[in-house]
Amino acid sequence: MNALKRNLGFVQRPLMALAVSASLLGGCATTANPDDPLEGYNRAMFSFNEQVDKVVVKPAAQAYEFVLPSFVRTGVGNFLGNLEDPWIGVNNLLQGKGADGMSDLMRFFVNSTFGLLGVLDVATEMGLPKHNEDLGQTLGSWGVGEGAYIVLPFFGPRTVRDTAALPADWAGQNPLQVDHMPTLNSYTALRVTHTRSTFLGTEKTVDEATIDKYAYTRDFYLEQRRYKVSDGKVTREYEDFDARLAPALGEEVDVAAEAAVERLELSAIGNSPLAAAPTTMGQ
Amino acid sequence: MSLKKLFILFYVLVAGLVPMVQAAAQQGPDVLVREVTNEVLEIVRADKAIQAGDTHRVMELVDAKVLPHFDFRRMTMLAVGRDWRDASPEQQTRLTEAFRTLLVRTYSNALTQYRDQTIDFKPTRFAAADTRVQVRTEVRQSGAQPIGIDYMLEKSDTGWKVFDVIVAGVSLVTNYRGSFTQEIRAGGVDGLIKSLEAKNRSLEAEQKRS
Repeated sequence: MNALKRNLGFVQRPLMALAVSASLLGGCATTANPDDPLEGYNRAMFSFNEQVDKVVVKPAAQAYEFVLPSFVRTGVGNFLGNLEDPWIGVNNLLQGKGADGMSDLMRFFVNSTFGLLGVLDVATEMGLPKHNEDLGQTLGSWGVGEGAYIVLPFFGPRTVRDTAALPADWAGQNPLQVDHMPTLNSYTALRVTHTRSTFLGTEKTVDEATIDKYAYTRDFYLEQRRYKVSDGKVTREYEDFDARLAPALGEEVDVAAEAAVERLELSAIGNSPLAAAPTTMGQ
Repeated sequence: MSLKKLFILFYVLVAGLVPMVQAAAQQGPDVLVREVTNEVLEIVRADKAIQAGDTHRVMELVDAKVLPHFDFRRMTMLAVGRDWRDASPEQQTRLTEAFRTLLVRTYSNALTQYRDQTIDFKPTRFAAADTRVQVRTEVRQSGAQPIGIDYMLEKSDTGWKVFDVIVAGVSLVTNYRGSFTQEIRAGGVDGLIKSLEAKNRSLEAEQKRS
């Protein structure tokens, strides 16, 4: 694993260069969020994507959901998901998770044959669960930092690391080597439309629940990616911000504050020499 | 009815209530989550008005069955973060009230979207002395990857209370912290209260129109 990390230096360096130039670019934007130095550009691209979604993608997804019965959409989802399983398996193997990786490759074999080209997900019933992996997560598990948050046109939220992994991920998730352009285009359109249709219910909730959709989406993406990179092994800290339950760290501050109040009280009492020269108290 | 009879009736009532209250306090967090979820979903499944998007009706249901098990003050505190310490008690109360209204309204609406998903309750391991427990559930939808929904509960004098909900690995409560902090930097705690209350008013107006 260490050797892997060392060998990855070549990946890390250009990524860091990208991240540094990104943070330089962001220097002109007024923002305090260390995760989002490109906030000005990102917000503009976010609303561009929202417009594209509103005009093209969402209507297509709604029509798709309206026209096709649920069991057909399930079949489409299974078919598309099956084509991604080999890439998921490769990434599990790259992360050293041999059993999970083999299970993903088995899934692809079982579903492609017994599952009628992946339309039926029989592998899940056989106890081979679907996983979620991609090259961005693999790089993350190897210790590559995520870099700045960046909203890509059409693709949406990414980090610099996930952007670098995107071409390989895109190719890996499309294992069909089709040269026929119209076929490839319809396949991509189906993939985008189907994926979007699975979010039709949740987006209304996000619209309603947030006072700043951009910031909420960003924080959601970043936290979810970190969760996925660690395969769910995140420790959550729930701090107590209640003043009446001062945390251990704040104790020193509290003692200092109490002393200051005492001094103020002393000076309020009158022209006591102690109050006039509090620094001499210890002598 | 004589006074004596009244006393007896009162005694019987109280004696009957005490074990019920104790049972609620002793009920484990995993049992609580399972029972409340099943009960609410059963009602939603049978109620055509809720399925058609009757906001008023679903909010009544959530009010009666779900809200008593949530600690909204703790949730608001976690959503606001550090700045909570600088907020006055009045500001904290108003923040809690506004955030609670926002969450209840939006997630009640989300409940009207519920159809045929099944919920798996994962085994929860915890010791009798634990005061904080994570209860894991999974929502299964045909044709899609299951989505994890975890509930964080804390023991209080009045039973276990949920103070965070984690969907697909993301805390729905602390995920607000970024935008809340931004609001507070721009307009202080009062600015955040104003934004939340304005959001609630616009949602209410929208629902009245529909």
